Amino acid sequence: MNRLGELERAIMDVLWEAADPLSVREVSGRLTDRDLAHTTVMTVLDRLAKKGFARRERSGRAWHYRAAESREAYVTELMLSALDQTGDRQAALARFARSVSGTEAQALLDALGALGEVARS
Amino acid sequence: MSAAVVILAAVAIVCIPAASALAHARWPRRSPAAAILLWQGLGLGWGLAAVGALLGLGAAGNQTGVLGAAFARLAVIARNGTSQPAMTAVAVVQLLCLAAGLTLLAVLCWILVAAFAAVAKARQRQRQLLNLLAHGDPKVPGALVVDHPAAAAYCLPGLRSAIVVSAGTLALLDAHELAAVLAHERAHLRERHDLVLLPFAALLRAFRWAGVARRAQSAVALLVEMHADDRALRHRPARELATALLRVGAAGGGAVPSGALAAAARTECDVTARVVRILRPAPGLCPASRALVGLAAATAATVPAILLVLPLR
Repeated sequence: MNRLGELERAIMDVLWEAADPLSVREVSGRLTDRDLAHTTVMTVLDRLAKKGFARRERSGRAWHYRAAESREAYVTELMLSALDQTGDRQAALARFARSVSGTEAQALLDALGALGEVARS
Repeated sequence: MSAAVVILAAVAIVCIPAASALAHARWPRRSPAAAILLWQGLGLGWGLAAVGALLGLGAAGNQTGVLGAAFARLAVIARNGTSQPAMTAVAVVQLLCLAAGLTLLAVLCWILVAAFAAVAKARQRQRQLLNLLAHGDPKVPGALVVDHPAAAAYCLPGLRSAIVVSAGTLALLDAHELAAVLAHERAHLRERHDLVLLPFAALLRAFRWAGVARRAQSAVALLVEMHADDRALRHRPARELATALLRVGAAGGGAVPSGALAAAARTECDVTARVVRILRPAPGLCPASRALVGLAAATAATVPAILLVLPLR
């Protein structure tokens, strides 16, 4: 992952952790293990806002940032697009196995297990 | 009507029942790679022949090949405009054929461009989300892990490709089964199976009402999976791949939104078919049969292409 991607991720982690919108200074302050210039953090927050991952709102004289959606919502979006079978995303991603009915799969797995027992004995 | 137009029309018409027959045939499962090639030949051949036949009917005259004659005809129409002498019924039909051919050509080009754009956009979004959310895990070296309990494994093709595995899959499969999953997905990425699927998915989007487009798309999708299975089996034992497929397939069903049930019912037998094939492999086609399939694919694609550009006397 490149440095910019890594920064975006670290900053999103800060926004997801926070209960309230944060100013650029507050975000910098929470990235304790890094020594980042104020402008760097501002640039990355701006990029995140442009991509739609962060929302910014004015509070007094400074911009405050918050995550547009919760981490769980984004994880769900990723998974849904991966599990989607309706065609549009079919060409974008290739899934390992589409769904099979539980009983059918279990019957085959049992058969495989029995074969394994025979092979071992 | 020239011989070229007759041949083009015949190819365009024959491609449809040929595709239906190929979708129902059993031999493609024995040599998926050869069958995929034949699907590509049929698809390309049908597109070129259908456009060529319509343009040829509209152009009437074959001195410079169908494409050349059509352009010559268009030039005449552009020069004369509406001030042509009274048109005969034949001339009207010819004009309609010309317009239909050009429309079909435009539609086919457009759906491909649109499909590329849609796929690029979906992948861009996936990359951005993975960048923010995914992490590595020593259990699946080289793959990205997303913390979600549903079982899913997939690959994100492209120049910056990635294999993605959910935390649910990590919990579900043992180390051997995970290695089989990775080998399968790596085959997809290495051989750019997404590029094989894209035109068929695009065709289905444009001709959703046509049963043959749907059958072609699902047949090619299944063949691509079977081909990746074969590649994975070069490095991994059959049993591990089969159990991985069944476990992921059985666990993944619960998370599919209810709207996709019809697709799930159809693909249900796909996983079973793959498992049966992995555990009881039929011998592949003999080299002579494979050569014959390759020849058929080449003929289906090149004959219409040649007739489009070269005159046939």
